[in-house]
Formats: sequence, structure tokens, C-alpha cells
Amino acid sequence: MQINDFINHTGEWFKGKGEHPDIVMSSRIRLARNLSLRAFPSRAAKKELSAILDLVKETMDKIPYFKNTLFLKVNELDNVDKQFLIERHLMSHDHAENPEGRGLVVSPEEVLSVMINEEDHLRIQVMQSGLNLDETWKIANSIDDELSKYLEFAFSSQWGYLTACPTNTGTAMRGSVMVHLPALVMTKQINKVLTAVSKLNFAARGFYGEGTQAAGNFYQISNQVSLGHSELDVIQNIKGLILQIIEQEEQARQALLVQNKIMLEDKIFRSYGVLRNAHVMSSQETIELLSMLRLGIDLHVVKDVDIKSVNELFIMIQPAHLQKIEGKKLSSTERDKKRAALIREKLGGS
Amino acid sequence: MHCESCDKNEATVHLTEIVNGVVHEFHLCDNCAKVKSSEVEQNFGLADLLAGLSAGPKTQTTIATICKNCGIAFEEFRKTGRLGCSECYQSFKIELASLLKRIHGSAQHFGKKPVLSQEQALASSGQKELMQLKNELKEAIDQEQFEKAAHLRDKIKSLEKGA
Repeated sequence: MQINDFINHTGEWFKGKGEHPDIVMSSRIRLARNLSLRAFPSRAAKKELSAILDLVKETMDKIPYFKNTLFLKVNELDNVDKQFLIERHLMSHDHAENPEGRGLVVSPEEVLSVMINEEDHLRIQVMQSGLNLDETWKIANSIDDELSKYLEFAFSSQWGYLTACPTNTGTAMRGSVMVHLPALVMTKQINKVLTAVSKLNFAARGFYGEGTQAAGNFYQISNQVSLGHSELDVIQNIKGLILQIIEQEEQARQALLVQNKIMLEDKIFRSYGVLRNAHVMSSQETIELLSMLRLGIDLHVVKDVDIKSVNELFIMIQPAHLQKIEGKKLSSTERDKKRAALIREKLGGS
Repeated sequence: MHCESCDKNEATVHLTEIVNGVVHEFHLCDNCAKVKSSEVEQNFGLADLLAGLSAGPKTQTTIATICKNCGIAFEEFRKTGRLGCSECYQSFKIELASLLKRIHGSAQHFGKKPVLSQEQALASSGQKELMQLKNELKEAIDQEQFEKAAHLRDKIKSLEKGA
């Protein structure tokens, strides 16, 4: 398999399946692992990094799960490919920026991706659609078990898995859930929710990566603490928190419908109208309008588009995706035209 | 009042900076304030937060601790926020113990263990049991408790087979 196979493929995590797919886009588990005694990537010489990369590759070749995965050396990728993988949430910015001696492994359905020699020797990431942390954890856990039959992971009985940054020490696990909260934003309650989230030691980030604004009303909620609580406890806590957030969002949606149904429907149909008819679209505008369309589908206001198609559009309208679809480099203006054309095509517009 | 940085424009921004409890006041024009605030932003990252957490009181004498496996100095970790290797956790045990406690509110791992270490643990606990049984067998024979000895012998045999 090759990178280009992903272009017209719907990754497992944005298929709009699982529990609460209306509000929850996806669930993700990330485990950090390091090889015992070896220098962490930021301290390792080029030679050492490539030795580690080879060792991990050899190990994966012995494990059935990795049989059909795509193995990439980051320094062999061009800029568009790197950006493309970041846009699909398979790789971090940091991984792309320091490509020497780094690797990436992706499973065909994009359920699993492993970054090799990022901040830690291994960053195992598993993603599923909807609120589905249990299944996500199960997959991540068994892949980790398989790998740890061959690789000696840095571990202490007192401090758990030892990571390059002490904020990850312990389970070295981050569980994240991506939620779409347009009604909480519109009713101006989102800050209250985010304050509560941070008080409970969870973090909220935007959809398009670390440090980004919450574009499209998407928020990624994840645990901050990794030492002192088992993986299952942390997962239970995230789930409990997410269920409460879902309830809040549902209440806000109902309130909007009761108070101002006509205005809300107008906003949704205007968004849908622009998406189906515009010929030049910036990514910022697109994301905002898609968020409204997504809400419209959830509320059964818009009936001829499904969640999966909107989820796909959120991914495909990004710059590297447009360039991969077109098969060549595009300037910013060209991208805005291509973006509008793609949306019109997908939504059956004029 | 003139800007105390460029001494040309009117000072419109009055900034109070508190570093280690010492208060500095700056009176700056718009332009110089922008430069100053970008400095502040650039200097403030995770590494600084960690450094702040692990800094402790200023009077503390710093002992140059170096990890014997990867050669990183604890000072360097304080600057970058990143450790050099898994052995750093041993080399900087005291410093990290309090830092981890402050970050996570706990200093004891709960959760899964690597398969390799589980197997080693299982293997060594199996070995322990075997040794204990052999000692008991010897004792039973010495005390001429042959029925007990036969029972123990079977148990040892089955354990050895299992291993």
C-alpha cells in the first residue's frame, strides 16, 4: 500500500459510526514507549536513531497485526505528503519538522499509526469513530503487548513507563475524544464547560492540532495526568466527563430549537446554500459552514446529507489534501477554487 | 512620559514584571511593548513550566548531577524539559520524585506492565516457589514424613514440567 491509497479513502475514525456519532467525532488512545537504556530521540545521534528504526521495523515484521501496514521513513517524504499525513491526524507537526531517522507506520484502515523516534521511541496511536474508548484501548493495549514481547520497554515498578517528558510518565497514555459542540458555543456556555474540563485536570484542544483554535466548534478533550491512575480508571473518567458534555450540548441544542427554531434553521440552510453554490472558499469559512451543516444533519433539519460525508469534507478540504487530489501543487487562490469545486461536487451543488 | 526603551515615543504601556519576587516596572511605547511581549511569549513554554516546578527555593545549592548512561546534566533537563534516556530517572531520582508528584499528584504507578517484565516476574516467582518446595521436601525426608515428601515431589515434578 502507498500514501496515495489514502486520498479517496474514509479513515475508520471519521466514518461517523460508534456511540454518539452526532456529537463525538472520534476516540483516540496514544501510548508512549521507550527502549530501555537507549538515548531518547532528542539525545540520540543519527546512527542510533536509524538503528532504533531498524530494530522496531524488524520487530513489527514478526507481528501479524503489522502485516499490511505502510512503513514510511519521514525523511523520504516530500512536504505535501508530510502535510497530508498531519492533516489525517496520523503524524505530528514535530515529527515532520525533524524527519531524520524518524519513521511512521500506518494500518490500512488508519486505525493504527505508530510514530517512531518522535519525542519518544514509539508513539502508538489508535483511533476509532464515535465514543469508543474501550475498543480503542483494547486495540492499543494488545499492540503494545505484542511489541513488548520483543522489545524491552523502559519501565519502573514505581513510576511506570519512562518517557522523555515527565508529564507523560506512568501509564504514558493519553485518551482523547473529539467532540463537536456548536450549540454550547452559540449559547456562549462553552467557556464554562472548558473551565470545568481544565479544573478536572483534562485538556481541551482544537481539531486541527495542538495549539490550534477550536475551528469548526471541535474540541479534543484528553487526560493530563498519567501517574497514579490505571489506564482503565482514566478511560472511565474521560468517558464520564464526555457523557456529561454530550448532555450539556444536547440541552443547548434543544434550547436553541425551542427559543429560536426559525433563526437556527435559517443559519443552517444558509450555510448549506453557500457550501453548495460558492466558487471560492477559504478553509476558515468552509470549516465554519460545515460545522453548521453537521449540526443541521444531527437535528434532522438537513436530510439529504449524512454525517460521514461531512466528516470526510472536514478532512478533504485541507491544503495538502486538495493538492493530492489535484495531483499537483496549488497556490492559495487555486486551492480556494478547488475547495469550492470539491464541496459542490460532494454535496451535489450547482 | 517617554518610552524607556527607545526614548522617542510616548510611553503608553505600563508593564509590571515580577521575577523571583522582585518587581520591575516598565514604561514603554506601543512598538517596544510588542517586542517585549513577544520576548515574554517566546520564553514561556513547557520547559519553563517544568523548570519552575523543579526549581525549588533559590538558596538551594545546585549539585551538578549527570546521568551516567546518556551524559545529560540535570540543568539541561531543566532548560529543555526533556530527559535523555530511561536511566535519567535513576540518576535524577530525588529531583524527579518531587517533580512527578507535583505534576501528577502521585508518585506511584498504577496500571499495566510490559509483557517482558511480567514474564520475568512470573519466571522468578515460579523459581522461588520451586526452591521453597525443594526445601520443604528436604525437611520432610529428614523428618521421615514420606507421605508428605511424595506429595511434594509430585508437585515439584509438575512445576518443573510446566516450566
